[in-house]
Amino acid sequence: MAETATHPEQDLMIQASGLTHYYGPYPAIEDVNFGVRKGEILGFLGPNGAGKTTTMRILTGYMPPTQGQVTLGGFDVVEQSLEVRRRIGYLPETVPLYTEMPVTGYLKYMGTLRGMPARRIKQRVTEVIELCRLEDYFKTTIGKLSKGYRQRVGIAQAILHEPDVLVMDEPTIGIDPIQVVETRRLIQDLGKQQTVVLSSHILPEVSMICERVLIIHHGHIVAEDTPENLAQRLQGVEQLQVEIGGPPSEVLPILRSVPGVSQVTHRHQQDREIYQVRVQEGTDLREEISRVVVSNGWSLLSMQMMGMSLEDIFLRLTTEEET
Amino acid sequence: MRTVQAVAWKEIQVYFSNPMAYIVGLIYLAVTGFFFVLDLGNPFPEASLTDFFQGATIMMVLLAPALTMRLLSEEQKLGTIELLLTSPVRDWEVVIGKYSASLVFLISLLAMTLYYPLLLFLFANPDPGPIYSGYLGLILYGAAALSIGILTSTLTSNQIVAFIVSAGILLLLFFGANGADVVEGIWSTLITEVSMSSHFADFDRGVVDTKHIVYFLSATAFFLFLSIRALESRRWR
Repeated sequence: MAETATHPEQDLMIQASGLTHYYGPYPAIEDVNFGVRKGEILGFLGPNGAGKTTTMRILTGYMPPTQGQVTLGGFDVVEQSLEVRRRIGYLPETVPLYTEMPVTGYLKYMGTLRGMPARRIKQRVTEVIELCRLEDYFKTTIGKLSKGYRQRVGIAQAILHEPDVLVMDEPTIGIDPIQVVETRRLIQDLGKQQTVVLSSHILPEVSMICERVLIIHHGHIVAEDTPENLAQRLQGVEQLQVEIGGPPSEVLPILRSVPGVSQVTHRHQQDREIYQVRVQEGTDLREEISRVVVSNGWSLLSMQMMGMSLEDIFLRLTTEEET
Repeated sequence: MRTVQAVAWKEIQVYFSNPMAYIVGLIYLAVTGFFFVLDLGNPFPEASLTDFFQGATIMMVLLAPALTMRLLSEEQKLGTIELLLTSPVRDWEVVIGKYSASLVFLISLLAMTLYYPLLLFLFANPDPGPIYSGYLGLILYGAAALSIGILTSTLTSNQIVAFIVSAGILLLLFFGANGADVVEGIWSTLITEVSMSSHFADFDRGVVDTKHIVYFLSATAFFLFLSIRALESRRWR
């Protein structure tokens, strides 16, 4: 039975390790590692210039990483680029479209480039036009469409060939609030069947759509969590990471009983007992915890304040809805 | 192959629906028409297209860059290249597709000049040989000129830069032969052999020499190869 135990790696659709990209001497991203499970909606959250677009461009094979490796569905993005590109749908940040083409003509063209059979293209074009609510504009030249409708055409071309992975760079930037709501709903629907990777600099947006969020800042991933946990961190909760030499079954209840501690989680990592201690904002429990640990006869091996640096980054994120 | 067709067909549609291509074509036809008429004004006119071919080849120095400058520069300017290169399309398919479209437009433009020989056949008794060979030479020469245009368009997102650089290269290749007398020996031969005008001259005289056909075809292949490499290198820059 042990043989059939699932390896978490096998469920990963995207696996990135040690991604680094330099623009000249400047690193856009450095040593970025992450994995995306099949069917997951993953959000990259970060202020402008954090390295989100660079990461997406590497994922889609538009440019190779200076160092590191990405696989998508088991295919290497650089070595097996064509296989990877067959499996992705991509919506770049600026939504570049051929402005002189009509909507259907454009979608048919993109379908052919993706190697779809002619009959399938015809069928899917009708479907995505309906899905993206472009019925009234399918004959219109793209150049005459408003920003919001161009965005829809951009999404339509990305999902046209039913890719395994959908990569969207700032999918709701620059469109009006009603369309933003519609777009988010659409992405959530798509996320039920497909793996979605999207980026945003708006915190509530990512919380609403994504199942997991990576916060990226100055080219590094600084936090990775579910939106709920992130929101909690934002609501003034600070975290201590403590390594204690002692039996976890005894340590846990004692730590939880320290006044000011809101939550304690424990994990066993390479023969080390590590505890994540959530404390209320503004309280510094380091002294208190060290005293408790020592007085119980355990050894305090390390203690680190976590989440503090996140605060800075959060401040730079748009926490309000842009309207 | 289907991808090449799709890319080519899209670009052909752009050519035929774009006023720019028509304006460029119109100017080309007007100027080459002027060269055709030039000979008719002689006291003893000759029923040949020699003057027309002279003008048509000189004007190609401007025509080919004008037709090709848009092809990849615009994709880079608008950012549409990002979606093109993240589609499962090979780089050579993009280059060949776009190149074919420009060649189709050029040939249809040259087809419109066919009424000059038609007039000659109606009202005079021209020697057909140099007319056939001249058109063959013009198409081969045009094919090579377009491949140079594609290369410069691949290298820059600025259409004006693409135009000027390829027109400059064509100008050197075309009039380079005139400078062959200035230097001596091997250099003189080299300049003559590389120059496009010296390879076109025989076609104008009614001589179809394999040497010249090979020259134009290999020049085309060479510049298309460089274009594909240049597009590939975009991924690594």
